[in-house]
Amino acid sequence: MSETATKKLMLFFPRWKSEKPIIYHLVKDHNLVVNVFRARVTPEEEGYLVLDVTGTEDDIQRGVDFVKTFDVTVNDTDKGVTRDADRCTHCGHCVVHCPTDALVIGDAAKRDVAYDPECCIECLACIRVCPYGACASAF
Amino acid sequence: MKTYEQINDRISSGKAVVLTAEEIIDYVDEKGLEAVAEEVDVVTTATFGPMCSSGCFLSFGHTKPKIRMSEAWIEDVLAYTGVAAVDVYLGATQTRHGDPANMYYPGEFRYGGGHVIEDLVAGKTLQLFALSYGTDCYPLREIRTYFTINDLNQAIMVNPRNCYQNYNVAINDSDKTIYTYMGCLEPNRKNVNYCSAGQLSPLLNDPFYDTIGVGTKVWLAGARGHVYAEGTQHAGGGARTPEGIPKSGAGTLALTADMKQMKPEFVRGASLRGYGISVGLGVGIPIPILNADVLKRTCIRDRDILAPVVDYSNDYPQNTGNVIGHVSYEQLRTGEIEVEGKKVAVGSLSSYHKALEIANLLADEVRRGDFLLNAPFASLPKDTVMKPLAAREKP
Ligand code: SF4
Ligand code: SF4
Repeated sequence: MSETATKKLMLFFPRWKSEKPIIYHLVKDHNLVVNVFRARVTPEEEGYLVLDVTGTEDDIQRGVDFVKTFDVTVNDTDKGVTRDADRCTHCGHCVVHCPTDALVIGDAAKRDVAYDPECCIECLACIRVCPYGACASAF
Repeated sequence: MKTYEQINDRISSGKAVVLTAEEIIDYVDEKGLEAVAEEVDVVTTATFGPMCSSGCFLSFGHTKPKIRMSEAWIEDVLAYTGVAAVDVYLGATQTRHGDPANMYYPGEFRYGGGHVIEDLVAGKTLQLFALSYGTDCYPLREIRTYFTINDLNQAIMVNPRNCYQNYNVAINDSDKTIYTYMGCLEPNRKNVNYCSAGQLSPLLNDPFYDTIGVGTKVWLAGARGHVYAEGTQHAGGGARTPEGIPKSGAGTLALTADMKQMKPEFVRGASLRGYGISVGLGVGIPIPILNADVLKRTCIRDRDILAPVVDYSNDYPQNTGNVIGHVSYEQLRTGEIEVEGKKVAVGSLSSYHKALEIANLLADEVRRGDFLLNAPFASLPKDTVMKPLAAREKP
């Protein structure tokens, strides 16, 4: 058994035309465990799919190559949810609503609110509750 | 014992010893009250949070021909024109024209008065649209134009109520999420929100209003301002701890300052989902260490300040006056409190981080000799309580 890894993928569909069940193939043909965070897939419209894929490095690579055979833009670096550090007042209103501690009180003395995008599961709670519009979604 | 004059002399000569209300606690512990009362001249306090009772008077120049604005909108946000010709008052909580408010509950309230105030301070170009019924002396009936704060003759922030001395900790006893001015509260006491800078907060460091009164100079969002009156809802007469710390909202301050001197990072439009618009404001107030008593009160710490836990699903809206219990700011700042035996997660609307930044900025200004202090020319009342409004039949 080789080591497994998890990779976050953001797929943008200029227009959803494919008949092919992408996720089915990622699971079935490439042995990947798929966890979908967010999706908007409507026939004949622009859409997106944000998911985590877990598997061996090789399987992930083959999965990404497979996805790229469709008419989609694969974004595997950017995060879906961003927090504008200048706009953030570090009030801490979002902290209790963030289910994964991606937003937490950082330094106990300075009482700033730290954001770790790696922990974010894009539940969008922070966007809903932040009074200052500091959190935003790519979609 | 020191006088305002002696303290100001030390400030002017760049020799004043200034600490923040956080630093002073350990310093006094270490050196003793009497020695520090001699040594330290000023303690700086601060707070940053949404302050709904804020707004500004804007004075536009005259057009050619002139207009007496009878209705006006800035970026589609209604401003009050029931004052002289080209003066308007813009309130922080005013929603934008056409905002669906809570029609699609909970409403988003993306832009309103608080955001206009922020954009003005940030120097952005804004749209003015004004109408008039026309008079012999002011014939123009309509104007649409674009302006920045620098085009205005005056832009004076006039806030009837800022700096609540203490504040409620909001909780939700019901079984559905509620959206309040105290933020989003999950059902069944899942979280609480508080809103105070605690041990840094101005009126908690001067609980009997010895040095903060009408006329006191303040740092309002980076500008020099002052207290122009007791704040609305000021109620200095409520229950207090043995140390004199109010156990409820108590005192408030009415503040004013020139918006042209303000810094945008301390004026932030706020959208409280399901509730409405507000403005996050930063305030700093220096306390002159006139004697050991004044100093002692600035040494107040989070563990000695109690805030009332209030249910915002029923008790607050129905004005029952019920208080579930009291918790200290020290407990609140751990991120979890216990309410009647149940652990509850804590969120905040007030930014201690920004309050600390302001207390330090103000301390630097005083040290540099840029910020002199003055004695208030009238005291805030210590014995008043809040009156309710009775819905009466016509007498
Ligand atoms: S989107 Fe959800 S998980 Fe991500 S930071 Fe915001 S609240 Fe946390
Ligand atoms: S609620 Fe918004 S402003 Fe407050 S700490 Fe979170 S991201 Fe920052």
